[in-house]
Amino acid sequence: MKKAIKGNHAVSHGVRLSRVGVISAYPITPQTTIVEELSEMCARREIDARFIKVESEHSAMASLIGAATAGARTFTASSGNGLLLMHEVLHWTAGARLPIVMADVNRAVSGVWNIWAEQTDSLAQRDTGWIQIYCESSQELLDGVLMAYRLAEKVMLPVMIAYDAFFLSHTTEIVDIPDADVVDRFLPPYEPPVQLNFDDPRMFGGFFSTDYFYEHRYTVQQASQEALNVYPEVCREFNAHFGRSYDLVETWLTDDADTILVTAGAITSVSRIVIERLRSQGEKVGLMKLRMFRPIPVECWRKVLGNASRVVVIDRNLSVGVGGVFAAEIRSALYASDRHPPVYSAIAGLGGRDVTPEDVEGILHSMKVDDPSPDIPLYWGLKR
Amino acid sequence: MQRKIAIPRELLVDEELMLPGMTSCQGCAAPISMKIALKALGNRTVIVFPACCFCVFQGGYPYTNLKVPVIHCPFETSAVVASGAAAALDVRGEKDTTVMVWAGDGGTFDIGIQALSGAAERNDNILFVCYDNEAYMNTGIQRSSATPMGAWTTTTPAGALKSEPKKDIEQIMLAHHIAYMATASPAYPDDLYRKFQKARQITGMKFIHLLSACPSGWRIDPADSVRIMRMATQSRVFPIYEVTKQTGAVPGEDTWEYDITVIPEKEVPVSDYLKSQGRFRLMTDDMVVKIQKQADRKWRDLIEKRDATRLACV
Ligand SMILES: Cc1ncc(C[n+]2csc(CCOP(=O)(O)OP(=O)(O)O)c2C)c(N)n1
Ligand code: SF4
Ligand SMILES: [Mg+2]
Repeated sequence: MKKAIKGNHAVSHGVRLSRVGVISAYPITPQTTIVEELSEMCARREIDARFIKVESEHSAMASLIGAATAGARTFTASSGNGLLLMHEVLHWTAGARLPIVMADVNRAVSGVWNIWAEQTDSLAQRDTGWIQIYCESSQELLDGVLMAYRLAEKVMLPVMIAYDAFFLSHTTEIVDIPDADVVDRFLPPYEPPVQLNFDDPRMFGGFFSTDYFYEHRYTVQQASQEALNVYPEVCREFNAHFGRSYDLVETWLTDDADTILVTAGAITSVSRIVIERLRSQGEKVGLMKLRMFRPIPVECWRKVLGNASRVVVIDRNLSVGVGGVFAAEIRSALYASDRHPPVYSAIAGLGGRDVTPEDVEGILHSMKVDDPSPDIPLYWGLKR
Repeated sequence: MQRKIAIPRELLVDEELMLPGMTSCQGCAAPISMKIALKALGNRTVIVFPACCFCVFQGGYPYTNLKVPVIHCPFETSAVVASGAAAALDVRGEKDTTVMVWAGDGGTFDIGIQALSGAAERNDNILFVCYDNEAYMNTGIQRSSATPMGAWTTTTPAGALKSEPKKDIEQIMLAHHIAYMATASPAYPDDLYRKFQKARQITGMKFIHLLSACPSGWRIDPADSVRIMRMATQSRVFPIYEVTKQTGAVPGEDTWEYDITVIPEKEVPVSDYLKSQGRFRLMTDDMVVKIQKQADRKWRDLIEKRDATRLACV
């Protein structure tokens, strides 16, 4: 059924269709409408889930340790400060190999308040072990939730779906909401490989001495790498059921491109307009949309970007002391490859500042081949 | 006078659910309580452990000494981890289970209080047990808000003994209108057993506050730990009672029934209890008087509440 809904509601429908057992969440703008909608769905009995109305995001994530260990499919959603509050528990849930799915509506964080789009919140969680997928459209959000459970429960790691505050969370788009029975065929009920069982009692977690800890960590790393092999299978299955799919990265006109623009999230949609316009003017530009960011699909990035003569990355985030996170990670991924074009970095759109097609074009044209130096980020649109 | 311990035989679970081989210190009271608690709760119990001495000494991968499922969790999260497990068991249709948190005083009074308050306010179906050894023992005897006034710890050293009274966690829990709140001590094992039996049968939030001697932190001989815990009750520093919610016939008419479940066989002055432990060695007389007064006041208050309950029952 096609319906015009907001990005946040697309997520809620994904959660409903995934037949989650336990939901736990705490409100924060701009995530609130997800949990409001889920509360309604639970109240209307469209979802047979227990919804724990916790007193903080920290408890939201922590409750899912208990729920997922005890065998329920679980969901939470947060944003900005709420996600940061969860940080310790994010390490815990990934290390405990719990296949939780969470939506993070990317919201700015700093020492002052701002509720608008910026990806620094989720990027600050990149070392936790959570798989991260960045989305651009509402359809991708709904589908992304369904695919996330398949992936999470296969590799036994949690998955975070990240997307821009307001630009995506509160924008209405037409979304194809699949039928529940098709989803049921794609996504069978959650069966944890190690069950909480009173007849066969196990200890989950506990104290790991130096004799075991390193190996334990290595298994988490292996599971994350395994996600790169499993994900294409999930895509094939999804495509077979729904006739659409989403790769580790999405590329557009990159094959013969001299310059490849790299974006993640809502800026991608704006960039498409620019790429089209510049192509029509004869400029050989292409676009790579980052989707999976943890684990990094290194081979994939190298294959797409290796043939370009330069790469331009727009980061709607800031790692203070470094610059753009995506640019830095792409640079290091390309470094050991035999073909590594220079990676230019632009910071734009922090705290929800609009990034227009003119901005994207301006960024591309400011970065001529050796000007500015690729090591120094371009702070686009900064008022001086 | 010797107090008779009477646990009805048929109520005891024959199987030992807590096995030997733990690495706790000698004379640690916490394992004694756990052993009795599990006999009352049976094997359909999940235990949630935050960081604390118990979480370390009950196992160490790949071993566990508990024959029930155990979930370890971050220090400050235990109550809500239990809420999540209870919700999942409910949605899975598992009946007749108990999800029990077993947390230290740090994980209850201090860092864990936010999650605990949330779970209590929501009346989640869990049993939260605090084994209170009155300091952060696992990290090397630092003060907590459960540390009594006048106690030495490594962060309240000589010259800076703890000057604030112990936080009243029992009143805090009661202020959440929970179904059941009790204190217990392994020095009175029959009472402790009966309280876990009772808690098991109540749906909603249950809280049990256990006194838990720690020879290493209290600076006592391990052989004396049970004797000293008994003195805590005899001196009324740690009265043993329970408060049970009685659901009213009409909404808004719930009442809470107080019962003092252990009337000690003899009374001892607070100073005797304090003198029995190295941690109170540097305490001033002034502080002893204060603690005696607090103990007297709490006892009077309990008697009053118990009598009021009895009157109401008539
Ligand atoms: C977030 C966090 N802060 C601090 C610690 C360190 N820590 C571990 S156990 C503990 C004290 C535990 O005290 P209590 O809860 O009273 O249990 P006890 O060890 O005394 O039995 C502390 C401070 C931790 N594990 N996690
Ligand atoms: S330090 Fe105290 S509480 Fe911890 S194991 Fe030893 S006696 Fe028990
Ligand atoms: Mg303690």
